[in-house]
Amino acid sequence: MNRRTLEERLFKILMVGSVCIVIGSLVVIFGLVVINGASSLSIEMITQTPRPSVPGDPPGGGILNAIVGSLLLALPATGFASLIGIGIALFLQNDFLHPRYSDIIRFMLDVLWGIPSIIYGIFCLMIMISIGMSSSILVGMIALTLLEIPIITRSMDEAIKMVPKGLKEGAYSLGSTKIETAFRVIRRQAFPGILAGILLGLGRGIGDAASILFTAGFSNRLPTSLFDSTATLPTMIYNLYSTPLGQSKAFAAAFILLMIVLIVSVLSRLLTRRFKKHIIK
Amino acid sequence: MNTRKLRDLIGTKTLLLITLFVSSLFFLIFILLLSRSLLVLESHSIIEVLFSSIWNPDAGQFGLAAIIVDTILVTGFALLIAIPISLLSAIYIVEYAPRRLRKTIRPFIDVLAGVPSVVYGLCAFLFLAPFVQNVIAPFFGAQSTGLCIFSAAIILSIMVFPIIISLCIESFDAIPLSLKEASLSVGATKWETVKKVVFRASAPSIIAAILLGFGRAFGETIAVNMVIGGTIRLPSSLFNPGETLASLIASKYGELMSIPLHESALMLVALILFIVVFLFYILGFLTLRRAKKRWKY
Repeated sequence: MNRRTLEERLFKILMVGSVCIVIGSLVVIFGLVVINGASSLSIEMITQTPRPSVPGDPPGGGILNAIVGSLLLALPATGFASLIGIGIALFLQNDFLHPRYSDIIRFMLDVLWGIPSIIYGIFCLMIMISIGMSSSILVGMIALTLLEIPIITRSMDEAIKMVPKGLKEGAYSLGSTKIETAFRVIRRQAFPGILAGILLGLGRGIGDAASILFTAGFSNRLPTSLFDSTATLPTMIYNLYSTPLGQSKAFAAAFILLMIVLIVSVLSRLLTRRFKKHIIK
Repeated sequence: MNTRKLRDLIGTKTLLLITLFVSSLFFLIFILLLSRSLLVLESHSIIEVLFSSIWNPDAGQFGLAAIIVDTILVTGFALLIAIPISLLSAIYIVEYAPRRLRKTIRPFIDVLAGVPSVVYGLCAFLFLAPFVQNVIAPFFGAQSTGLCIFSAAIILSIMVFPIIISLCIESFDAIPLSLKEASLSVGATKWETVKKVVFRASAPSIIAAILLGFGRAFGETIAVNMVIGGTIRLPSSLFNPGETLASLIASKYGELMSIPLHESALMLVALILFIVVFLFYILGFLTLRRAKKRWKY
């Protein structure tokens, strides 16, 4: 009896200890980014592009090009990936495909979700070089789209799985076709989950550096066309982190990135709750 | 009526095409990586590439052994720290923590799972690395610049925490209350219930969570690249700089795209990454299926 209570107590201490480690390390990271980021954030930082440094003079300007570049890459990529993702997610239901095949496709999507994002980067780079393009917004966008498709599809798929069977059967018994049922009934019922999936994809896409490191390139100017290379917030951080003069910009970029991720996450929660009101229980 | 049927037909076929296209992406990536890495495999045997530790592209030597050892060290060490801490935390949050704490922790963890890896890398480079250099390495009697395998493993384990924790919380929450009540009512302590009922009942999900954590740690490129130092040599201690498979691609690709043989060697590295992730997912899939049968409730 005594040994058992001792064990109980020991593990409770270990548990509290590990929670403290987890929360502590995460609070430290958050705190570092917020404190350093907020102090280096200024109007100049978010309204100007970087000025090339003159020797002896600290490089000035801001990170406007990275903010614009990130949005230009991640928003359209999320849009495309969502369109493709919702099609696949609806198609993976049993009405269209034999469960055996849909399970294989689900497994492949899981692996695609799991492979390192740098593989998407060099995959797109190889194709880009072989058709004679150079690094640009367009290629970066394609890389991000490919990266986001499995994420968005699988989370939508999980939401669609939750739709009660009766709803589908009701639609069929009224004479709806499969496509009508999928897009008018199931899509609506699973909408909160679908939205959460899209926002998850956006959050992952906007923060990923490895896939756009070579495909989107880097530039200190604002992009003017789809074929320009551009900086993004993650690649900006990656380019500047080791230079002492660039660290304030890196922290400003990290702060903005963190805020975007935070906003996306809060938005996802609020919207999901809002749209849950409309679904049939 | 006819137009509706036509629409249905067109819609179904379009969806089929999209699905086939995306599924083919899986094979497309594999085939492209394989075909690009053939060049290096023609002139070097696979044994030589995998087990030689001399990486000297100018002399045409592409031994990956040192990088593979580093990758195993970094990933293994990161998971060794992350798995017990995450599991214990998840158990505490679900079973022991007061309700209020539980409700505040969960959204917090979800946000953290989405923090981009460059942000972790930046913090690790500017704060963890000096800390390792000045405090931790001297404590173990080692010399280090702070940019080393140890730092990379620490930051990776921090990145993996939220992933494992949030998945485990979900699965612990899903265990029927009656199962726990049955164990408690025959006199088991809370920890015994956790050990013998909760862990077993959610074993498949725990395996899945660990696997996902492994995937993240194994394939993490940017954060590792920022703190590992980038030296390709067999490490003699955890405080030596190193290079992992994924971070090698990021650091070498830009400069050496123009040399075909070198590019091909990097493609081989990418292919190895792809195959290892694939094998681990298959392993996970099979274990999961067995575990689901074994621990059915």
